[in-house]
Amino acid sequence: MSSITCDLCVIGSGPGGYVAAIRAAQRGLSVVCVEREELGGICLNWGCIPTKALLRSAEVLETCQRADEFGITVENVGFDFDAIIKRSRGISAKISKGVAYLLKKNKIQHVKGTGKLAGAGMVKVTGDDGEQTITAKDIIVATGARARSLPGIEVDGDRIIAYREALTLKNRPDSLIILGAGAIGVEFASFYRSLGTEVTIIEYQDRLVPNEDAEISAELLRAYKKRGIKIKTSFGVTGATTSESGVSVQIEPAGGGEAQTLEADKLLVSVGITGNVENLGLEDVGIDVERGFMKVGPDLRTCVDGIWGIGDVTGGIALAHVASAEAVYVAETIAGHHAEPVDYSTVPACTYCHPEIASVGLSEEAAKTEGIAIKVGRFPFGPLGKTMAAGEYPGFAKFIWREDNGALVGAHLIGPAVTDLIAEPTLAKSTEVNAESLINTIHAHPTFAEALKEAAEDAYGLAIHK
Amino acid sequence: MAQIIGLPKLSPTMEEGVLVRWVKQEGDAVEPGDLIAEVETDKANMDFALEDEGVLLKLLVEAGATVRLGAPVLILGEAGEDITELLAEAQAQLGGGGAPAPAAPEPAKAEAPTASAPAPKAQAPAKAQAPAKAAASSGGRLLASPLAKTLAIELGIDLRTIEGTGPSGRIVERDVRAIADKAAAPQAQETSQAPSQTALAVIPPGPLSVPGDSGEYVDKPLTNIRRTIAERLTAAKRDIPHFRLTTSFEAGPLLAFRKRLNELMGGKGKVTVNDLLIKGIALALRRVPDANVAFMGDSIRYFTQVHVGVAVALERGLMTPVVRNADLKGLGVISSEVKDLVGRAKDRKLKAHEITGSTFTISNLGMFGIDHFDAIINPPEGAILAVGRIVKQPIIDDDGKIGLGQRMSMTMSCDHRVIDGAVGARFLDELVELLESPESLAL
Repeated sequence: MSSITCDLCVIGSGPGGYVAAIRAAQRGLSVVCVEREELGGICLNWGCIPTKALLRSAEVLETCQRADEFGITVENVGFDFDAIIKRSRGISAKISKGVAYLLKKNKIQHVKGTGKLAGAGMVKVTGDDGEQTITAKDIIVATGARARSLPGIEVDGDRIIAYREALTLKNRPDSLIILGAGAIGVEFASFYRSLGTEVTIIEYQDRLVPNEDAEISAELLRAYKKRGIKIKTSFGVTGATTSESGVSVQIEPAGGGEAQTLEADKLLVSVGITGNVENLGLEDVGIDVERGFMKVGPDLRTCVDGIWGIGDVTGGIALAHVASAEAVYVAETIAGHHAEPVDYSTVPACTYCHPEIASVGLSEEAAKTEGIAIKVGRFPFGPLGKTMAAGEYPGFAKFIWREDNGALVGAHLIGPAVTDLIAEPTLAKSTEVNAESLINTIHAHPTFAEALKEAAEDAYGLAIHK
Repeated sequence: MAQIIGLPKLSPTMEEGVLVRWVKQEGDAVEPGDLIAEVETDKANMDFALEDEGVLLKLLVEAGATVRLGAPVLILGEAGEDITELLAEAQAQLGGGGAPAPAAPEPAKAEAPTASAPAPKAQAPAKAQAPAKAAASSGGRLLASPLAKTLAIELGIDLRTIEGTGPSGRIVERDVRAIADKAAAPQAQETSQAPSQTALAVIPPGPLSVPGDSGEYVDKPLTNIRRTIAERLTAAKRDIPHFRLTTSFEAGPLLAFRKRLNELMGGKGKVTVNDLLIKGIALALRRVPDANVAFMGDSIRYFTQVHVGVAVALERGLMTPVVRNADLKGLGVISSEVKDLVGRAKDRKLKAHEITGSTFTISNLGMFGIDHFDAIINPPEGAILAVGRIVKQPIIDDDGKIGLGQRMSMTMSCDHRVIDGAVGARFLDELVELLESPESLAL
């Protein structure tokens, strides 16, 4: 059994772990990063990135199918499912190699294996090369999370699947039931629907993407119905049985009522995540696990000196960029540098379904619940020259300002390129750009971003084109 | 003629101050009342103003320096005056370190609080050291977020007087709000008559009391005592992790004992149940010294004496006069002392030392017919005892017989940072034992 001594040991190499490792190394710490699977974690290998690759294939397909609208002749439009999946996997592999390169460049030692806390300042790694002991002044747990399921529904990886299987199916399913209308659910719905799969989404709450503003949910519902996606909101699932030919899913109205049975080739479970807290030695060193997540304080410290937790494993906002922001904060703090704590009120969220959704800040409902007096403005992307030229789904932008001083409360976008456009409201929120300033900022013409300026103006009755 | 100006006393208890920021610069002409600098004292950031006019010929200490009370901080005089000698004198004083300069001018007058805070202010936790930053302007352009600018206009604050804490010293919302809060704060600090001009150009506030035109309500401005109560109790409720322990005891023997005492006193005063409780608390604290403590930020203070604060409801608010060394005093003494303190509290004649320094407080609403309640801790104390009325109720004795009980309920609120459940329980246990065998109160 060999042993390594370092300043910092990071368990996990996702967007939390590898970012923490690199920043700590940049600050002069000796760093070891423990990873049992591919470098880059779920985000690069099984989440953000490969799904974006699939969705891009779907977009290209749809564009080809509509090519005549643009005066282009494309004949024999079709797709090779296997090639689509391969492209997605290839991109993940490439980015994972990029992480390996970055770790190496920053002289971070990658130890392959499963890390386990063995007391303050000690991690035991079990891997192919046997057991290693890492002694570190600080330890960051960044082991991420995985899909969870519901009672009575067991993910078997064949008929009942989760996101990993959905990314690597051998064949396109003819029909797919998706359980849960959060970001993962609606993204896979978008992808498979584009390929012609009969898609049904079941959501217990009364709307799609329940974490978003209600108007965004309503717009997505319209768009998805138009695309032929079947939506069963306010339905709970009571059970699922698999057979040779497929899966049958029993559903029941959330408010009570007659049960129904739906049949499909596959059932995709996307109802949420649970932290990777098992076999980590958390309990042994005295760190609590609550509802499947590792307990950390607001400053991301655990109750054990020198052990920190970041990202999905802590049960916070499960987004890659949140994990990375936490990683930087913790790494800087460990290295003795001043760092601003993560401001969770300015975290943007993006969903890459078609049409895309992006938001930052509070929804209108949440703002009202908090008793904030607000002014709301909206502007559709439809009338914009750029949208018409692009032939894109219109959607709209919505801004919520504080009534008294024009501070940005929230911005909610659905439509073309909004996952990039959200950077502007996010910057506005984090740097306190208020309505007046945003309105006085010249927005280039013709762009999708014009809708943002007009939506901001609309709150004050000043939108020119409305 | 030029003179050395020393650091004045900006709060009644300050011994030194940190010169946070020079508002005026060397060479600036100043008039009486002009704000010269901001000084962090043991209480708060205070404004340092001059009572004389002249030109700031020399600033002797740099921003960030800790200065002893009276030590020279600047030389004031007329433009062009020769200050070589004064400079040497001041440097000698500063360099000599220690002894406050005899040349110190009369410090700004500060009076002890008269009818103010129920107890000394809890030491504010050391302010997070903000990195020293240049004023948030570069080349005449003010670095401030749009929201901060809007807020500043709304609140009537001059952004040029604010130091930004955002990236590159940018002024952000929290900086403006902090100044606005601070502007409101001096009104709450009736302890100092230091010049009240603040680092901002505040738009004159509108009338504080504007009865609704429709007569739906009347807004009365806060009195100082009410403002202090609001601040202190909000801070206590917010910052102290309270937990509560409730118990009750058989008050029959206590009532009988009180009756006997009053017979013995033969009309010369009357011992109240509350007086007995004060004595009981004091003796129980002696037996469980771990409950006679205060949280001091990075240490725990164990009081070696027992001073019991007695919460008194007055028309204008709550006050907490203190029975010092209550464990050493006889019941008659405690009784007459409480009577005297309460009387003078009503007449606003208590002296500062009579309302400060308690190590534990009792709040009794029994006379108002309250069965039981819990109280907010009076910082920096570690606990407070809330006492209800005596209630007649059936009790089952050790033999299983039902009898008539006279039960009194008590709830102790503890600061969990310094008192754990077991310690609180031990204290209550001792207290109950003392009160159920009240003769021991006289031992």
